[in-house]
Amino acid sequence: MTDRAVEDLLRALAPQVLGVLVRRHGQFYACEDAVQEALLAAATQWPAQGVPDHPRSWLVTVATRRLTDEWRSERARRDREVAVAVREPAYAAVAPPADEEPPSGDDTLKLLFLCCHPALTVSAQVALTLRAVGGLSTAEIARAYLVPEATMSQRIRRAKQRIEAAGARFAMPSPADRDARLRAVLHVLYLVFNEGYTASSGAELHRAELTGEAIRLARELRRLLPDDGEVAGLLALMLLTDAHRAARTGPGGELVPLAEQDRTRWDRVEIAEGVALVTEALTWSAPGPYQVQAAIAAVHAEAPTAADTDWPQIVALYRVLARLAPNPMVTLNQAAAVAMVDGPRAGLALLAPLDVDERTANHHRLAAVRAHLLELAGDRDDARAAYLAAARATTSLPERHYLEVRAARLATDR
Amino acid sequence: MKYMLLIWNRPGFVEELSEDERNAIFGEVDVIMKELTESGELVGGEALAHPAQTRTVRPAAGGGTEITDGPFVESKEQFAGYLTVDCETPERAAEIAARWPDVAHGVGVLEVRPVMEQAGTEM
Repeated sequence: MTDRAVEDLLRALAPQVLGVLVRRHGQFYACEDAVQEALLAAATQWPAQGVPDHPRSWLVTVATRRLTDEWRSERARRDREVAVAVREPAYAAVAPPADEEPPSGDDTLKLLFLCCHPALTVSAQVALTLRAVGGLSTAEIARAYLVPEATMSQRIRRAKQRIEAAGARFAMPSPADRDARLRAVLHVLYLVFNEGYTASSGAELHRAELTGEAIRLARELRRLLPDDGEVAGLLALMLLTDAHRAARTGPGGELVPLAEQDRTRWDRVEIAEGVALVTEALTWSAPGPYQVQAAIAAVHAEAPTAADTDWPQIVALYRVLARLAPNPMVTLNQAAAVAMVDGPRAGLALLAPLDVDERTANHHRLAAVRAHLLELAGDRDDARAAYLAAARATTSLPERHYLEVRAARLATDR
Repeated sequence: MKYMLLIWNRPGFVEELSEDERNAIFGEVDVIMKELTESGELVGGEALAHPAQTRTVRPAAGGGTEITDGPFVESKEQFAGYLTVDCETPERAAEIAARWPDVAHGVGVLEVRPVMEQAGTEM
């Protein structure tokens, strides 16, 4: 088996093994560490020595051994500290030998809900989800988020402490909490996807892997919750967005806007799957924000050229989205679509209220959309000023480069 | 989001402090660094040597480069070091800056600057 195949196998097995351990022993904190160690052991041994016949059992056995070793050393230390009152660890529960019980999808779901617990900050939810459910090592997560390994390790440790302190349990959330918790899970996967969806040049490859990881986890979630339209919608949105990957950056890593992308380079397989997913979901599910965003992406995907885009359909979908999830960012995108139907002045009129909304007033996206619409309206000087304002406001290098180039074009080619 | 906290202070201010004041400042830095390490927010940081050890490299008038001793700008406050943090909000980054001893003891200022990301969204 190749290293890559071993890695894929380990990532798929990670939540199953952790699920088995947590179900047997409780103690999410210690079990998660033990599973991480077992995964690292497998990642070094399997490529060289071959994958064992029962890889999941192997991991469960090794992780359990780590766990009991940990308990033993902890108990030995406590035995030496005679003054300390004895707290028996859950020792009776020490593992039976490797077993062949089937993997439980419920375990993965419970883990996702646990990792996206509301006691955690969003960045902690992301890190813990990638490690406990995604099976990524701390080093891999640290590389992807461009922080030192020690920082990421500490973030994960803190997240696990918070979960313990909050008294969170390895169980399905109550029906009252379930929707909010699932929304948090979807949001975390969406953030992981976006983090990886970047201009992928050499130094960025580790981050690009996050996109694949987000899609993999969304697929897994879809398998576990086939009746949830928003899960299908999120997966479709990811696939339809990822389909642009090859076309969205130029040879120098510069961003190519949707209207100028070479559509022959779009990934037709991802598009077909994404379109089918969202189309099907919308036939039985009440539309939610991810489904509507996926539907918008599907309309773009189905246009052979930018000029063929069914803009009235996109405007209608944004209207639905604005009703489902009122948000100034939606208004912003809606304005850009309206401009394509009713002209740039109509779009610009929709932007006016965003100038006084503190969530968008100084946001680079507002200036960028305004610049684009002013350019369409032929107002070159104001367009240029708006592009430059957007370039100053963004904290993304590729975006700043793109916006500065647009501004420079307006300054020169008259 | 990552922020770099740029520390600007008056060179030599430490020399004017009593031993107790100096130890207190070191202690405060320790407390903050420990907190940032434990929270998983600390990305990195360095303290710089006294500005007297600076060498400045600039383009020379006739082409090529010119290297001179000392900082180019003679200002009251000099760049003394930085720390990089990864925080949830800009407010949190500012809160860390406000507690840094240079600010807390009125001997310097901290600039909180967002660090550019490599990721870009489709325009």
